[in-house]
Amino acid sequence: MSTAAPTTTPGALGSADRLGPAAALLRRRGLAKLLLLAVAAAVLVPLVQAKWSGAAWPGALTVDVSGPLGKTSDWIINNRDSHWLFVYFLGHLSNAVVISVRAVYLLLLALGWTGVTAGLTLLAWRVAGLRIAATALVSFLVSGLLGMWIPTMQTLALMVVAVAASVAVGALLGLAAGLSDRLFRILRPVLDTMQVLPAFAYLLPVVLVFGIGVPAALLATVVYAAPPMARLTALGLRGADAGVLEAASSLGATGRQRLLTARLPLARKELLLGVNQTIMMALSMVVIASMIGAAGLGDRVYQALASVDVGSALAAAIPIVLLAIVMDRTTAAAGERLGANTGATGPTWLRGWPAWAGIAVLTAAFALAGRLAGSAVWPSGATVAIARPVNDFKEWMVGHLYSGVPVVGGTADWAAHFTNWVLNPLRNGLTALPWYGVLLVVAALAWLIGTWRTALTAVLAMAAIGVLGVWNPSMDTLSQVLAALVVTLALGFGIGILAAGSKRFEALLRPVLDVMQTMPQFVYLIPVVALFAVGRAPAVAAAVVYALPAVIRITTQGLRQVDPAAMESARSLGATRWQTLRQVQLPLARPALLLAVNQGVVLVLAVVIIGGLVGGGALGYDVVTGLSTGNLALGLVSGVAIVCLGLMLDRVTQPTERRTTGKGA
Amino acid sequence: MTRTRIKLVATSAATAGALLLALSACGKADMTKQASPFAAAKGSKSVTLSVQTWVGAQSNVAVAKYLLEHQLGYHVDTVQVDEIPAWDALSQGRVDAILEDWGHPDQEKRYVQDKKTITAGGGNGVTGHIGWWVPKYWADAHPDVLNWKNLNKYADQLRTSESGSKGQLMDGSPSYVTNDKALVKNLGLNYQVVFAGSEAAQITQIQQFAKQKKPFLTYWYEPQWLFNQVPMVEVKLPKYTDACAAKGTKDPQSIDCAYPTTPLQKYFNTDFAKSGSSAVAFLKNFSWDKKDQNEVSEMIASNGLSADEAAKRWVHEHPDVWKRWLPKK
Repeated sequence: MSTAAPTTTPGALGSADRLGPAAALLRRRGLAKLLLLAVAAAVLVPLVQAKWSGAAWPGALTVDVSGPLGKTSDWIINNRDSHWLFVYFLGHLSNAVVISVRAVYLLLLALGWTGVTAGLTLLAWRVAGLRIAATALVSFLVSGLLGMWIPTMQTLALMVVAVAASVAVGALLGLAAGLSDRLFRILRPVLDTMQVLPAFAYLLPVVLVFGIGVPAALLATVVYAAPPMARLTALGLRGADAGVLEAASSLGATGRQRLLTARLPLARKELLLGVNQTIMMALSMVVIASMIGAAGLGDRVYQALASVDVGSALAAAIPIVLLAIVMDRTTAAAGERLGANTGATGPTWLRGWPAWAGIAVLTAAFALAGRLAGSAVWPSGATVAIARPVNDFKEWMVGHLYSGVPVVGGTADWAAHFTNWVLNPLRNGLTALPWYGVLLVVAALAWLIGTWRTALTAVLAMAAIGVLGVWNPSMDTLSQVLAALVVTLALGFGIGILAAGSKRFEALLRPVLDVMQTMPQFVYLIPVVALFAVGRAPAVAAAVVYALPAVIRITTQGLRQVDPAAMESARSLGATRWQTLRQVQLPLARPALLLAVNQGVVLVLAVVIIGGLVGGGALGYDVVTGLSTGNLALGLVSGVAIVCLGLMLDRVTQPTERRTTGKGA
Repeated sequence: MTRTRIKLVATSAATAGALLLALSACGKADMTKQASPFAAAKGSKSVTLSVQTWVGAQSNVAVAKYLLEHQLGYHVDTVQVDEIPAWDALSQGRVDAILEDWGHPDQEKRYVQDKKTITAGGGNGVTGHIGWWVPKYWADAHPDVLNWKNLNKYADQLRTSESGSKGQLMDGSPSYVTNDKALVKNLGLNYQVVFAGSEAAQITQIQQFAKQKKPFLTYWYEPQWLFNQVPMVEVKLPKYTDACAAKGTKDPQSIDCAYPTTPLQKYFNTDFAKSGSSAVAFLKNFSWDKKDQNEVSEMIASNGLSADEAAKRWVHEHPDVWKRWLPKK
């Protein structure tokens, strides 16, 4: 957070002037970069134009990979039950997954609803305090009331194993990267990249090897959720106070002792943050992984959508949201407590091993009580059917908003206008723009905001898209991403500014944002179609809903962190509220706003891809097609193109300074 | 205390790694023979059925499941998978049976004829048909739209913001068999194929159009419960012939005739089929007609009943149909 935040002293209106030279310098340096690019362009473009004219990526420069990919896919299918790689290695991996998930699942079932609810509530109490324990209790009761107990347990079993595996893999990688400089240099860009990849892109390769089912779903989740753990572990180990380490080694500690007694404990906070992020990412995979056979809540959502039953989908989605909120709060609170170093609150008997033993005993007692009362699973009579009222409400809403609303027009009309006036021109513009033009723009943007390295990565990523022969669909997807990004930023900055101005508004907003962030996108895809008609408009709308919370949060936080002294002095100089905002707050919060753009673009891309399911077409549709028809060539190539697009968008919007937190920030 | 805990973690991580290595060194683990971790623990009396995304297939499975559970004492698990991955899952034994397949010659050759991991289970009694459909309210006003030769005349009326200057032909889930892009091109139609991306999205859109009595042209199939809500009439495409089909298998881009009418098929995992259990005998006998299937589908999709509840009601009303399916003792 250092790029444009000069230390603010009283008289901060002057900081606008002081920003002047810095900005001018930046502009001048930017100008030099642009000039250099222009020269390069002037030399290269005529050459390129003479050789391959036309706007789309030239056919001569593409590589057709469908042949080899098709052969690979056939080979895997034919050898899956005989080749040593499968029977001696991957088979065991898959077996281990099945056995461990089953073990956890049977344990949860054996505990019964009373045991599970009591055990996890007590655990939350011990780790995070009374309020969060109450949230946990309510969450489990609600899951039961919604008739979702069994699927919730299946998802929980899957999550426990997936998170354990992700944390183990992530921690090992992080440990290695934290201790070895060379490994760190190699791993860091890989991990950074993995964090920006849409989950959709992972599914197909995993399915091909492991087939539809829990092992595939679990492994895809691990691949998706392990990177934040690895990153944060590495960062935590590297950030350890040099003085403490020096002291440790001067006391004669060996390398191993130093690691175990000094570096790891010092990195506790990062480690817990890593666990927190891993859990959130794993949960966000729950529904997407149901496309490849993860059972549980995700599967219920997915099945409900097949019959356009938003109510049932919501009934399965609410437990997901609640699980996410409980787990997030619990691990976050645990992290804070560690940081505050106060240990557990409450009476002494709640601390140390007696507390754990107490939890175990109480859980067992509750489980037994449940058994004796004769209901290991949630009693089937005690459920509330919310599907019908929710569906009625959806019908009512759609019926009234879809079309013909006086003055403002219906949502379908908006969608049509948005498609005709924004999406279509944007797509046509991008496809009509010569490919080298796109590369130049990408290079210029990435270089202006970052370094020549980021620019190079961005350009190479775009070139890879061209080489793979998916230039046009990628431009289509890109146009949707850009349109959604603009809407998201406009709304997000606006709401963020309001929230920064009013504590009460922010408090009201918080649960809404939590729900928006954790609600599986599949649930709102269908109402969104009902409102905006099949096409790219609903895809964009869903993307906005998903990306908005992160943008709002980062904006609010950034504005809040602006030095109050600077604002006070601006006000004392007679600046109006609007002037203070525009001339002091926003410029000072620039790094945060840039971060918001970066996060926004990554999140938007992830959902625009899922928008392939509601008529978004382009790369998302191709990935779904590949997935659902077992067409490795189509699915994998599109998946790689999405990866490249994500890489490019991230680099183009990434300020030179690296962010330290992950997607869910 | 923290120290010991960390040591513990480190040791356990090392042990886990070693364990994994050891695992891979010993014995075979054929992952094509692994069951789901959530499968019933009750032992051998358990069947896993594949449910496809469309409601007709859900009806088959719901009724079969209800009868297997209540008449034959099985525990039934269902897995939702797309059509082609379902074949793969079937060959691996992750599901035991598919009750409604719309014809996948490539998969049939690979798994049924070559690898013999899947056994054909006969028809389920329903005949499926894919085609292009328009809403009845529109066809009544413009009867000549029902011939493909006149479709270009109506392209203007079918324009949407997605199809641009052309008419919109709406397609659904990418996993469904479709030749529509080739058909539009080869028949010289001024239409743009717009992919809804999923059946759910397509149904939602059709319902919206119908509510406003707007014209539309869509890829659709029967039997399908939506017909009961939104009556539709099929547009006649050039007649389906064997010659045309043969040409189409050689080059999918060249196809220029209607979709065939397919008797829907059941397929079983070979090991399951050979097990001789009463479930196999029951599923082999399972066969009903379009009317029965739609009755169940309608209850699920538009009356909002759960699949189990719908199956229960149908079973109570039609014992004459399902009594025939039960294996003779």
